[in-house]
Amino acid sequence: MSAIRCRQLCKTFKQGDEIITGLDHIDLDIETGEFVCLSGPSGSGKTTLLNAIGGLDTPDSGEIHMGDIRVDKLERGPLADMRLHHIGFVFQAYNLIPVLSAQENVEFVMEVQGVPVAERARKALDILKEVGLEGMEDRRPAQLSGGQQQRVAVARAIVSHPDLVLADEPTANLDSVSAAHLMGLFQELNENHRITFIISTHDKRVMSYAKRLIKMRDGKIIGDEAQ
Amino acid sequence: MKDVTLRMAWRNLWRHWRRTWLTVGAMIFSNGLLIFAMSLQFGSYDMMIDNSLQAYSGHLQLQHPRYLDEPKMRYALDDVTELAERLRRELDLDSISARADGFALASSNERSYGLQIIGVDPAHEPLVSTLPGLVKQGRYLEPGMPGEIVIGAVLARNLKVGLGDELTFIGSGFDDSFAAGIVTVVGIFESGIADLDRALAQVDLAYFQDVFAMQGRGHSLTVRAQHVDDVESLQWQIGELLDTDKSLSLRHWDELQPGLRQSIQADMASNSFMYIVLIVLVAFSVLNTQLMSVLERTREFGTMMALGLQPARLSRLVMLETGLMTALGLVLGIGVGLVINLYMARVGFSYPGMDEVALKFNLPERIYPSFTILSMTLGPAAVAIGSLLAALYPALRLYLLTPIDAMRAV
Repeated sequence: MSAIRCRQLCKTFKQGDEIITGLDHIDLDIETGEFVCLSGPSGSGKTTLLNAIGGLDTPDSGEIHMGDIRVDKLERGPLADMRLHHIGFVFQAYNLIPVLSAQENVEFVMEVQGVPVAERARKALDILKEVGLEGMEDRRPAQLSGGQQQRVAVARAIVSHPDLVLADEPTANLDSVSAAHLMGLFQELNENHRITFIISTHDKRVMSYAKRLIKMRDGKIIGDEAQ
Repeated sequence: MKDVTLRMAWRNLWRHWRRTWLTVGAMIFSNGLLIFAMSLQFGSYDMMIDNSLQAYSGHLQLQHPRYLDEPKMRYALDDVTELAERLRRELDLDSISARADGFALASSNERSYGLQIIGVDPAHEPLVSTLPGLVKQGRYLEPGMPGEIVIGAVLARNLKVGLGDELTFIGSGFDDSFAAGIVTVVGIFESGIADLDRALAQVDLAYFQDVFAMQGRGHSLTVRAQHVDDVESLQWQIGELLDTDKSLSLRHWDELQPGLRQSIQADMASNSFMYIVLIVLVAFSVLNTQLMSVLERTREFGTMMALGLQPARLSRLVMLETGLMTALGLVLGIGVGLVINLYMARVGFSYPGMDEVALKFNLPERIYPSFTILSMTLGPAAVAIGSLLAALYPALRLYLLTPIDAMRAV
C-alpha cells in the first residue's frame, strides 16, 4: 500500500458559465514513506489533487492508484473504508468535533474502526502525549489554542497508523512557532513511523521541511524536485 | 458512557439547548396531554358503558341460544330463579338477577298502549340496573308484593295514570294462552332514555311467571360486573360453570347493545383526528430542529465523512440524537401525564352542568381517568414514532451528502 500513482488526472469545475480547470492531465508517483509538499498559488490545484488522492472528490478522467486499489473506481462505501483505514487527514481549519474532548476526538475514529474501548483509550492518551498534549486530554477544542487544536487533529490523523497523511495547508492558521512545532512533528512521524505525507502549502517555511517539492500552477505540475 | 458516538449525540443536543428544550417541551406537553386525554376518554367510555348497561341490559346476559335474534316468549330458560341463585352462590356475586320479558296491551280508564312488560326479582334488580334508582314518583317494586307495577314517565303520561291507579294488561302467555292481569302503579321512573320511559314496565317476576304461564321459566339472567374491566373474566368464569349446558347462551354486552360499541368507535375515530393533528405538529417541530441541526453542522459531517464514516453511520447519528430527544420527551411526558392522571383519579373531572345531568339521570357526577397500559403508552408511542419518522428526512439528506460538498458548505 501507500505508493500513489496518478495517471492523466483531470478535474474541472463549473463556476457560473465558466469552466475552471482544477487538474490538467496530472501524472504523479509517490513512494511509501515520502515527505512531499505540493506548492503553488491559490487555485493551482493543490487541494483538488489532495481531495482526489484522498477519495473525497472524484476526477473527471484519469486513474488514481493507491497500492493495489484503484481509488477513482471505488463506490462510496469502500471509499469511506479506505479513508478510515489507510488515510489520515489534517485540515487547515483543524475540523475537530467541538462537542468532544481532545481524547474523544482522537478516540472517535478508532471507535468507528471497531477498536476495543480500553485499547483506544490507551492509544489516544499515548498519541496525545507524543504530540505534546499530555494533561490536555479532557479539554474541548474551544479550550485549546490553534496550535494545540492542530496537534489534536494530527493525533487523530495518525493514531491508527495510516499509510498516508494528507494535510491541506495545515499551518495556514498557525503562528510561526506553532507551525514549526507542527512540521517538526510531521517530520518525526514520517521518519519514525514511515508514514507517507503529502502536504499542500504555499508557505516557504513548510516547503523547507519537504524531501520532495512538487510545484503546481493552473492544475498542472510545473516542477518536481527532491530537496 | 463508553460510547463516544452516544456521548457526541447527547452533547450535540445541548449545543442549542433552548431549541432542544422547546422541542422536548412540545413532546412533554403533547405526551402529557395525550395521556390525560386518552385516559379521560377511556374513563368516559367506561362510564358510558357502565351507565348504558346498568340502565337495563347489564354487562352479561344468560339467554336461550335463539332469544337474542328472535326474542320470542317460547325461547326461555327453565327454573330461572334457581339458576340465578346458583350462580350468585358459586360466583359469590350478588348482582345477578332473573328476568322474564313479554309484550302486552295495557289499558287505563282512558287509554290503551302497547308496552314491554318485564318480570323482575325486586330484591336483586337494583343490583344490576339503575332503573330502580330512577323512580321519581312512588317507590320501586318490593319482594313478595305481587300485583304492583312501575312504569316509565312517558307511558304514565300517555296512559294518564298516576300512583295508585290501576292498569289492566293483556298479552300472550308462554303456552300461547291468554295472559291478563290487573296491577297497581306504585312507581314512575324517568330514565332519560326515550324507549324505556315510553314503553317499559316492570312487575314482580313470580307474578309475571304466574300470569304468563311461565312455570318457573324466565328469559334472561342479567349479570353486572363490579367494573367493566372485569367483564371478560366474569364471562370466562360463568362459561366454565355452565360449560356443558347447551341450552344456555352467554351474551356479552356488545352483543346485547351493538350500537354502544359503534358509538364508542365513532367517538374514538373523531378524537383520533385531533390526536393525529397534535402528533403531526410535534413531528414538524422535530423535523425543524433536526433539519436546522444538520444544516448547521454540514461541514462537521463532511469532516467525519472525510475521516472515514459511512454516510449510513452519520444518518444513524442523527436518528440517535432524535431518539435521545424523544426518550427525554417520552419519560418526562409520561411523568407529567401520570401526575395529572393521579390527581384526576383522586378528584375526578367535571364540567359545568354535569352535576345536574348526573342527578337527573342517576349518573356519577364526575368522570375519572382510566389507567391502562394502552392509555398511558399509546399517545407517547405515537409521538415517538412520529418524531423518529420526522428525523428521517434530515437523516436522508446526510446519507446523500458527499464529503467534498459537505466540507464546502458555509
